[in-house]
Amino acid sequence: MIPEIGHFSLWLALGVAFALGVVPMWAAARGRADWMAMARPLSYVLFALVSFASACLMASFIRSDFSVLYVASNSNTHLPLQYQIAGFWGGHEGSLLLWVQMLVIWMVAVSLFSRHLPREVLSRILAVMGLVSVGFLLFMLLTSNPFDRLFPVPADGRDLNPLLQDPGMVFHPPTLYMGYVGFCVAFAFAIAALIGGNLDATWARWTRPWTTVAWMFLTVGIAMGSAWAYYELGWGGWWFWDPVENASLMPWLLGTALIHSLAVTEKRGSFKNWTVLLAILAFSFSLLGTFLVRSGVLSSVHAFATDPRRGLFILAFLTIVIGSSFTLFAWRAPTVGLGARFALFSKETALLANNVLFMVAAAVVLLGTLYPLLLDALGMGKISVGPPYFDSVFLPLMIPTIFLMGVGPMARWKASSVPDLASRLKWALGATVVCAVVSGWLQGAIHLLATVGLLMAFWIFSSVATDLWERVRPEGKGFTEIRRKALLIPRALVGMMVAHIGVAMFCLGVTMVKTYEVESDVKMAVGDSTTVRGYSFAFKGVKDIQGPNYDATRATIEISRDGSKITELSPEKRIYRVQQNPMTEAAIAPGITRDLYVSMGEEVEGGAWIVRVYVKPFIDWIWGGCLVMAFGGLLAVTDRRYRRKTGVAV
Amino acid sequence: MKTRHKRLAIAAGVVLVIAAAAALILNAFQSNLVFFFSPSQIESKEAPVNRTFRLGGLVVAGSVKRTGVAVDFMVTDTAKSVPVHFEGILPDLFKEGKGVVAQGKLQDGVFVAKEVLAKHDENYMPPEAAEALKNAAKSNEKTAASIVMSK
Repeated sequence: MIPEIGHFSLWLALGVAFALGVVPMWAAARGRADWMAMARPLSYVLFALVSFASACLMASFIRSDFSVLYVASNSNTHLPLQYQIAGFWGGHEGSLLLWVQMLVIWMVAVSLFSRHLPREVLSRILAVMGLVSVGFLLFMLLTSNPFDRLFPVPADGRDLNPLLQDPGMVFHPPTLYMGYVGFCVAFAFAIAALIGGNLDATWARWTRPWTTVAWMFLTVGIAMGSAWAYYELGWGGWWFWDPVENASLMPWLLGTALIHSLAVTEKRGSFKNWTVLLAILAFSFSLLGTFLVRSGVLSSVHAFATDPRRGLFILAFLTIVIGSSFTLFAWRAPTVGLGARFALFSKETALLANNVLFMVAAAVVLLGTLYPLLLDALGMGKISVGPPYFDSVFLPLMIPTIFLMGVGPMARWKASSVPDLASRLKWALGATVVCAVVSGWLQGAIHLLATVGLLMAFWIFSSVATDLWERVRPEGKGFTEIRRKALLIPRALVGMMVAHIGVAMFCLGVTMVKTYEVESDVKMAVGDSTTVRGYSFAFKGVKDIQGPNYDATRATIEISRDGSKITELSPEKRIYRVQQNPMTEAAIAPGITRDLYVSMGEEVEGGAWIVRVYVKPFIDWIWGGCLVMAFGGLLAVTDRRYRRKTGVAV
Repeated sequence: MKTRHKRLAIAAGVVLVIAAAAALILNAFQSNLVFFFSPSQIESKEAPVNRTFRLGGLVVAGSVKRTGVAVDFMVTDTAKSVPVHFEGILPDLFKEGKGVVAQGKLQDGVFVAKEVLAKHDENYMPPEAAEALKNAAKSNEKTAASIVMSK
């Protein structure tokens, strides 16, 4: 019964979503307060229905109800409980339901925290979100119903893909989706403002915290996915330029541009059209990402084998959403007006340049991702665009972006003088060069590429430090005045500095790993040892162990340096009983300045194993940097002015 | 500075960024696009020498031989087979008789792979491998040749 009830509540949800999409929109156009009042209650009902359906699917998983096709294909009675729950989003149908679930969570959050918005605006925002959920609910009900029954009922399920049986599976997809779908809020605000014609600084202030929160989730979600790939896939990479990774990176790039552009719109009233365009684009790219991942057009570790109807449906939906919002934009944008003027050298220009660079970066990723699909569709042969393309185009684009990251925050609104900026930043520049050269030298070799990366990282560190110093510099009274001044810095500004420091940490991590990592694949028998970068890895032996739903061979590898033991690692080779698939579990000894990484290949003659040994300097800084970026976002949204005026508390 | 000049300067800046990106892209495309070839195409000398490309097909059953860290195996599209040499750790789902995609260069008739690609689902056939099999099946029908499965 549970699956039927869940299915039924999805149909009800579709009806409610339709009503939410149409009634408040119409009422707002006619100025009918009585009908507009329906928007918020309808959004609560929609939330309740979708959540109920999700609970039904979750219940089917926990009860191991294999009469439900989706449960039978993604779960098993021997699967540990947390992975039975995560099995919810282990396949296509469930991840769509998760998408809609996240959307209604955002919708309810908007309903709850935006009571102060004018009635018309709130009605239109909720209506737009209602219409988006109509599209996704229809998609789910027509092509990918998670509650489809299976007959005859199998005795046991096909099990969750072993690769997904990891704590990463529990947290990564929901966080990522929360971010992905969160851009729908900025989109809905933009569409509502375009329809209502009230696009101004107030609009930007309303939109900002929502965008930042979505961006935070997306940042953390992407970082989690990357860390997961690093320890789970067994070959130590942290970013593969896989099309699906790109699908989440593109909205992130546009979201980052949007956050910066919103700052200008709020503070100075400029860039209004541009900001609206970015809001539309960011969400369009989220939808495009969904299309790329869910349509089966990609060959990727994330791709599901799917039927073509799904691709067609979501492509049509994508066309409708993007087409209609751009039409609306083209129709209404000319009425928006230009906003305040600014000089050629000013904070506005720096932020504009940031926006252009981020958009071009997103376009570069888009091209690299879609080009193979395009050629294939035109029958011009199969190609793939690999990491070298992205590396060689992306890095040159990031150099000016990061240079501006140091200059932009120091520049003044309206007009800024170049000599003044240069003299304020000269110490930062000097410190940057010295630090970059010294740290390259400490690592043992100075590479051109590494130096560029280190310059970028230290440039951010030192320019943020300069910015901070200028704000707290005492005029005589010393320490107490520094403290007093530091406490006066608005929290949003502190958030920006923290986020930028996160970027610096990220740059540092990437540069160190790219340049100084050492990898070696060696054949090791018991008693053998190998030395990588001063660390000695000794193969002590293997033993068989039994997990809850797998059998594994666990190796013991002792790591020592200069004769003294550091740690012992136990990588595993697992065979999951249901699908009989082998899985590599890498073992990692993490550290602030380096990770030691060991994973097992296959067994060869004489009980020896092929073992992969890595030393990865500073790799944890990559994800640490992302977390710091997200923390900066958190500081920014908890700034007093949002708390008071918009009541967003996160 | 006049407003008109200022706008011009900004527009010029934007165009410059885009032009630079376009130049970078074209340059990167020229050297980094990886084309795909099937064993039949390699046999008929369509594949480039000394340029990285991708090879897809099925791993011939019984052809996998390990010597230390190195591994040799055959990849077939059911019509023709190509020997592949790889040094390193094969992905978990690499199995005899299953689909595989390898990236590398052709050297003296042997495909020296730098990378052997992993797929995360045993029932999922890499599109490149599927394509190779499909094409081979077509040409087999045309020539009315019988499909010789290597066993």
